[in-house]
Amino acid sequence: MNAALAIIALAVVVALGLGLRARSGHDMDMEQWSVGKRGFGTLLVFLLMAGEIYTTFTFLGGSGWAYGKGGPTYYILCYLTLIYVISYWILPPAWRFAKERNLFSQPDYFAARYDSQSLGILVALVGIVALVPYMVLQLKGLGIIVATASYGAISQTVAIWIGAAVLTVYVMVSGVRGSAWTAVLKDFMILFVVMFLGIYLPYHYYGGIGEMFTAIDTAKPGFLALPDRGQSATWFASTTLLTALGGWMFPHIFASIYTASDARTFRRNAVFLPLYQLMLLFVFFAGFAAVLQVPGLTGPDVDLSLFRIALQTFPPWFVGVIGATGVLTALVPGSMILIAGSTLIAQNLYRPLARNATDATTGRLAKGIAPLLAIACVGFTLYGGETIVQLLLIGYAVVTQLFPAFFFSLLRNNPLTRAGAMAGILAGVTAVAITVVGGYTLAKLFPGLPGPVQDLNIGVVALALNLAVAFAVSLAGKRTRQTALS
Amino acid sequence: MKQLRWLAALPALGMLAGPFFLNRVEPLVLGMPLLLAWLVGCTVATSAIMGLIYLTDPANREPEEGP
Repeated sequence: MNAALAIIALAVVVALGLGLRARSGHDMDMEQWSVGKRGFGTLLVFLLMAGEIYTTFTFLGGSGWAYGKGGPTYYILCYLTLIYVISYWILPPAWRFAKERNLFSQPDYFAARYDSQSLGILVALVGIVALVPYMVLQLKGLGIIVATASYGAISQTVAIWIGAAVLTVYVMVSGVRGSAWTAVLKDFMILFVVMFLGIYLPYHYYGGIGEMFTAIDTAKPGFLALPDRGQSATWFASTTLLTALGGWMFPHIFASIYTASDARTFRRNAVFLPLYQLMLLFVFFAGFAAVLQVPGLTGPDVDLSLFRIALQTFPPWFVGVIGATGVLTALVPGSMILIAGSTLIAQNLYRPLARNATDATTGRLAKGIAPLLAIACVGFTLYGGETIVQLLLIGYAVVTQLFPAFFFSLLRNNPLTRAGAMAGILAGVTAVAITVVGGYTLAKLFPGLPGPVQDLNIGVVALALNLAVAFAVSLAGKRTRQTALS
Repeated sequence: MKQLRWLAALPALGMLAGPFFLNRVEPLVLGMPLLLAWLVGCTVATSAIMGLIYLTDPANREPEEGP
């Protein structure tokens, strides 16, 4: 075993230790396991929210995109900032509603707001479809990190199995409280590693950050801005908006709302979390530094760029530190996803069908489902490798379809009826499935549209359709009810 | 001071509309391409504005909710 692997293994052991420690003194019932008994203060919620949004996608994918795509990468900084702006107003009322009714999961929220168990089941299904690709990304990231840090001694497949096993054990022994405490360790490490890489690499290879950008601009003119077509300014704005709206709709991120002990926590975090996103800047710098130093990576391999340049620059022990940080960035969101996914299946698919289910049996079932869910995700990771980006796009586009029903439920007079909300979600999700599976873009569907309009993220179309159907069905429902009454 | 909350739309607008007007690399600002520097500026402005909104929001002056 080399120094790099030893350091990564140490990080995993420490994380497991933290998970076990976090559990002591707390009764591990369902409420403790899924939502930490709703007792987290500002700092823990901050770390949990930062921790689950700051994933391997940001760490490897952010630098990979900077390396492979250049300018369009900046959208990641924007949508993550906007997510928190929105949170100031939408999270406190959602939290209050959930606390009053003792809710556990995201579908619980929809089912209670619309007083409809079938809507809850639909939301649970949508959530699971969206979570799987998100989980696959974390596993793929784990695989890349461990395989690279072992200098080829461990294959990606073996690394993915080890990663999934660690995740499952972790989740079964600790619950969401463990995730939050591991997030503390992870965020310290990532802050240090990312800032170091983002400053050291440009200075080491180019003599400065400005010098690095000048060199890239000379070698690849236009690479650091947005292209005129494709991922143009229209693409940038529509994608930023869509992902910012969709962000809170991921079941594991939505469930983290429930962990807070009071509503002010969210407002306070809305002030500091945008600033925290500036850490991404250093991820971008590291990715850009790789552009001229480790050229030639294309397609899915761009995700390797950060590690390629690290291998070329640093001794094994430091590669290990970077790897350990990467493993933790997969562990925190990965564990949240497993917890949320299992809770979803037990609480919102099994429980409505089994009339005699108690809190205790549902809780036990949720923990029993976690390993099965992990194995399913490993399967998708190993056999669906090439379509990962497509899967992620489906994930985001799919969850965003829950946003209208959620948003309108916060208004004093919700214009949407139960049937309207369901029809809208179904229409939106179907539109996403058809366009993504069929590989349609607006350019392909409507060649006559002016160029900038064609670059709109196709998710906008699904969202518009969702809104139109939701309103039409709601209006029709209200009208028939009125005629029936009169 | 509830009207202050509309200020939150400014940085969002800057991020969504900025790329249409500032989509260029030169001149570098603080060593960064112009577009990136603008978006970073919007992020910092977001935090400042959200801080202002937090301080003036009457909801935060009521006693703490929860246990």
